[in-house]
Amino acid sequence: MRANSGTKSKKSARNGHARYVELRLYVAGQSPKSLAALANLKKFCAEHLDGQYKLQVIDLVKTPQLAQNDQILAIPTLVRKLPVPIRKIIGDLSDSARVLVGLDLRDKEGAQ
Amino acid sequence: MARLEKSLTGIAGFDEVTNGGLPKGRPTIVCGGPGCGKSMFALEFLVRGATEFGEPGVLLTFEETGEEMTKNVASLGFDLKGLASRGKLAVDYVRIEPSEIEETGEYDLEGLFIRLQHAVESVGAKRVVLDTIEAIFSGFSNTGMLRGEIRRLFRWLKDRGLTTVVTAEKGEGSLTRYGLEEYVSDCVIFLDHRVTDQISTRRLRVVKYRGSSHNADEIPFLIDDRGFSVLPSSAMKLDHIVSSERVSTGVADLDVMLEGKGFFRGSSILVSGTAGSGKSTLAALFAEQTCRRGQRCLYVAFEESASQAMRNMRSVGIDLERHAKRGLLRFEAWRPTQSGLEMHLLRIHKMVLEHKPQAVVLDPITNLLMGSQQELHSMLMRLIDFLKREKITAFFTSLTNGRNKEFEQTDAGISSLIDTWIFLRDVELNGERNRCVYVLKSRGMAHSNQVREFVMSKAGVRLLPVYVGSGTVLTGAARLAQEASEKAENRIRQQTTEEQRRLLEGKRKALDAQIEALRSEFAQEEARVTLVSRHEEDRERELERDTLKMGNFRKGARQAKISSRNGKVGLENEG
Repeated sequence: MRANSGTKSKKSARNGHARYVELRLYVAGQSPKSLAALANLKKFCAEHLDGQYKLQVIDLVKTPQLAQNDQILAIPTLVRKLPVPIRKIIGDLSDSARVLVGLDLRDKEGAQ
Repeated sequence: MARLEKSLTGIAGFDEVTNGGLPKGRPTIVCGGPGCGKSMFALEFLVRGATEFGEPGVLLTFEETGEEMTKNVASLGFDLKGLASRGKLAVDYVRIEPSEIEETGEYDLEGLFIRLQHAVESVGAKRVVLDTIEAIFSGFSNTGMLRGEIRRLFRWLKDRGLTTVVTAEKGEGSLTRYGLEEYVSDCVIFLDHRVTDQISTRRLRVVKYRGSSHNADEIPFLIDDRGFSVLPSSAMKLDHIVSSERVSTGVADLDVMLEGKGFFRGSSILVSGTAGSGKSTLAALFAEQTCRRGQRCLYVAFEESASQAMRNMRSVGIDLERHAKRGLLRFEAWRPTQSGLEMHLLRIHKMVLEHKPQAVVLDPITNLLMGSQQELHSMLMRLIDFLKREKITAFFTSLTNGRNKEFEQTDAGISSLIDTWIFLRDVELNGERNRCVYVLKSRGMAHSNQVREFVMSKAGVRLLPVYVGSGTVLTGAARLAQEASEKAENRIRQQTTEEQRRLLEGKRKALDAQIEALRSEFAQEEARVTLVSRHEEDRERELERDTLKMGNFRKGARQAKISSRNGKVGLENEG
């Protein structure tokens, strides 16, 4: 079962080369780390991704079979599905600077 | 306290070594260097569980993909795909790519637990293999967290009663590189792969087995086309039941030297001797005799190929081929340098289990002596213990160099393992080499102490009494010469006796003649004496008559009186 937090798709007005990002967050039920990660991610997306993203939250307690595909071991894990190549950030995403590095989106930020 | 429950692994020999397998429902660490066979061990544990004990399993592999793993073990006849499709095995390949991962903030390995749980539930697993869990140390930087999670993982496995094998890489100065043995306190098995003189040997050691007695020795094992096999350790107790049944040696004359009955069944026999002294021939005779009784025999040759040995044995009238064709004789030949000592032992072990022979021949064991004498000793001890338990007669030959008196010492190391020790030796004399045989020892029987000459011919083998005298043992032509000269001497002696008898006879005849002569002389004398005495009587009578006549003349008056008394006289007077 997938918990879609919905897509906030808004055309970037500032520059045309804004990249579209597809993210998947793996959590395990309502564990504190999972909840913290989700909250931190939402905050991060709002601050840095400017609506150019799609976020999917997967609860492995409910759908354990999905863990294999993305090779999930650590919880929580954030996977950048797009743009390729795949990147993974593990942890509660409390350090937004490192999330930025992990998602490899700084170039875009720097260009802005 | 309840006995520790164990779970049979199904790995040949391992369950014997551990008295029943791995601790049931608990994790076990199998550690060792690269290529030591730990993954193979773990996998066979899973596959055997699924196929032989009805225990489905989960394989969590961190190093090889499921695909690779399937291919690797297909050569051993393990069909992972088939097992997976029948719901007996779940394989999950855990890939960790550190370069892809960025860490920010706190995390745990709940994902691993979820995957494991999912896999366990999907097949109803009783067995789990984690190969090699240490890979997570390369993927994550927070070792404190990792250690906590590993501890939790083992607890988790234990709580669910999953019999688990965790493989781990050997560390420097420790059993495992990341000290996993710290978390698994139940059972630790160490696998070792050594190469000495270009020959590899694999060994296994049960380092720890809580709640169970175990053999802490290093035990050889091998991985071949049928998987893992561990050599059962030597019996700690000497408690095999012996047989008093006797089996022929294959040489009637040798049987005679052993109380006329031969070896004890299930005993160990060593035939040692110098090169060309006939060891292999004795071995072949024994093998043939075994097959003739309709029993099975395993013949392992380290010097000759099967066809060569069979051809050579035909020259002394031994037909091994016939028995090989009937399936009674299994003739195996390989070079001793082909593999390590343990491998030989294991191969023999496996063959014995397959062929189920009543007798095993190893020809010669000295070719196995590549390492130390001690190693050979321990190998033979294991083999003999095993064969004795199975009541299989073991026949070994051993090559001695025979330079000096010490040649009997070279085998002294294994002497204690041997029940019947037969010695063949060359005797060089008068430009000839001849073979002698004697029984050095034979436990439990009054064996002959004689040295016999061992004579091989097309007709077979005979043991002849040797000539012993004036400090030397004569064999071959020397013996024949000695026998001839004895015969001649005998003849002379006989002639002398006859001569003497004749002489005596003559003497007796002479004596008889003498006696006869004396007797006749005596008879003559007697006759003469009788004659004389008669004459005397006659003369006396005549004298009396004359006296009477004279009286008659003188006294005529009394004539009538005398006449009436003596009519005869009266008549004479008238005449």
